[in-house]
Amino acid sequence: MGNSTFYNEVLTDHNMHPLHKHDLENPDYVLEGVNPSCGDEISLQLKVEDGVIKGGSFVGDGCAISQASADIMIDLILGKTVEEALSMADSFLRMIKGEATEEEIESLEEAGALEDISHMPARVKCAVLGWHTLKEILEKECGKQ
Amino acid sequence: MDTQTRIAKVDRLRADFPLLGEWDLAYLDNAATTQKPVQVLEAVKHYYEAENANPLRGVYALSELATERYEEARALTAELLGAARPEEIVFTRNATESLNLLAYSYGSAHLKEGDEVIVSALEHHSNFLPWKAAAERAGAKLIQLPCTPEGELTAEALSKVLSERTKIVAMTQVSNVMGRKNDLRPLIDMAHAAGAVTVVDGAQSVPHMQVNVRELDTDFLVFSGHKMMAPMGIGALYGKYELLDAMPPFLTGGEMIETVHWDRIRYAQVPTRFEAGTVNAGGAVGLGAAIRYIRDEVGFDFIEAQESALVKIVMDGLSQMEGITVIGSQKAEDHKGIVTFMVDDVHPHDVASILSTEKVAIRAGHHCAQPLMDFLGVKSTCRVSFAFYNTEEEAEAFLRALGKVRGLMGYGK
Repeated sequence: MGNSTFYNEVLTDHNMHPLHKHDLENPDYVLEGVNPSCGDEISLQLKVEDGVIKGGSFVGDGCAISQASADIMIDLILGKTVEEALSMADSFLRMIKGEATEEEIESLEEAGALEDISHMPARVKCAVLGWHTLKEILEKECGKQ
Repeated sequence: MDTQTRIAKVDRLRADFPLLGEWDLAYLDNAATTQKPVQVLEAVKHYYEAENANPLRGVYALSELATERYEEARALTAELLGAARPEEIVFTRNATESLNLLAYSYGSAHLKEGDEVIVSALEHHSNFLPWKAAAERAGAKLIQLPCTPEGELTAEALSKVLSERTKIVAMTQVSNVMGRKNDLRPLIDMAHAAGAVTVVDGAQSVPHMQVNVRELDTDFLVFSGHKMMAPMGIGALYGKYELLDAMPPFLTGGEMIETVHWDRIRYAQVPTRFEAGTVNAGGAVGLGAAIRYIRDEVGFDFIEAQESALVKIVMDGLSQMEGITVIGSQKAEDHKGIVTFMVDDVHPHDVASILSTEKVAIRAGHHCAQPLMDFLGVKSTCRVSFAFYNTEEEAEAFLRALGKVRGLMGYGK
């Protein structure tokens, strides 16, 4: 596997110029995610109204994969329902395990750019940090409904 | 030794390492573990094919042979470290286990409320956590010995934290992050004058330089075999005989006793007292073979010359590269085969992943030294670490690959 596919433009761009790396005003949810092997940290912040994700952001510190993955994720889930976002999280986690269908990868839009990380076991935890944190929040939200 | 002879010797020695021939890779993570020469692999194989029985037990010839091989490894280890007698060497799994043995056995026997244990800021978690736990068990206090920004432990810094309450001073001889060799003898003398015992972590020094425990006058010293060409799972604790002799057992069970009855137990003499259960004889034989290999085929003069030459190439190259910060001393001669650095804007794990695709293996992370990372004000770093079998070409391949990193991540365009 070459670099060209791995640290691709989508990833480096979201890492250098994140769209959603800031604090959210009055978030409904704030959850910390930590990846002890790399020391990646993110704090995911969400606003959820009537089952729809109305706002999302993160702050944190870590490798390009963890930070870009979180940024791409937020881009993707804004305006989606909790159920849609949960289903995307499942697709993403399957993709990283190398188990997703082409259709699923396509539905993940830019997040599909992280597909190659499935070949780098040592970096999988970085890619899934944001998504795991998201899942934890949304499952709580589901429990509330 | 002139450069040409040195390079020829590296080429010759590399042929002893089967893995180096298997992988098209510059393996520069030797501080984590080294590769194994065929001499060590064959010795372990031969032990299990022709000499294996449970050592120290049977009275039949084969068991006696196994015992002989195991004790031969102990004698070789004692000779390597300049110990006064082989009984001063206790075989363990690794440096971590040696330090836990000390913290539980020596620590529980000698630490009491109000005592102090000094641990340097440089320590690997294995020379920090066991002492932290031992201090907590005893109600003693753990005190940090700071290092200089160059990664050096000084007598001056020790004098500020040492007192008559100090019972144990634990320090590394070469930091696995800073790579700096500490001149520990003056600090050890000071600790002794204050009535404390000294524990030296030799995990990164013993494989790379001639360490003599009597010249150091340290009470204890630990190291791991796998960082010096031996198999994983064998390491050693050196202790002055009279100190070891007065210590209670760590693990109890088979082999470490003289007599056991329901109501009275006599533990075995040192070092058997500390080697409960069936020992790792194959590993010990491998360690013995590694020590012989380093002594007879390689030599510490050569190891130091080769590793210094490689460090010089890397330090010179890094100093000319933009966006690189070397942690600790900026002088090549202060780095014992280890150089730790940061790349501006790029997380160490991304650096290591990119280098991996360029067929260069380096370490990224906190190197099991998070208190030192806190001390340095960083979260993680990149580390390149050499063994004598590394070549100039590999050092240059590392620099070339590193030179691509910031560009690949979209910086400096």
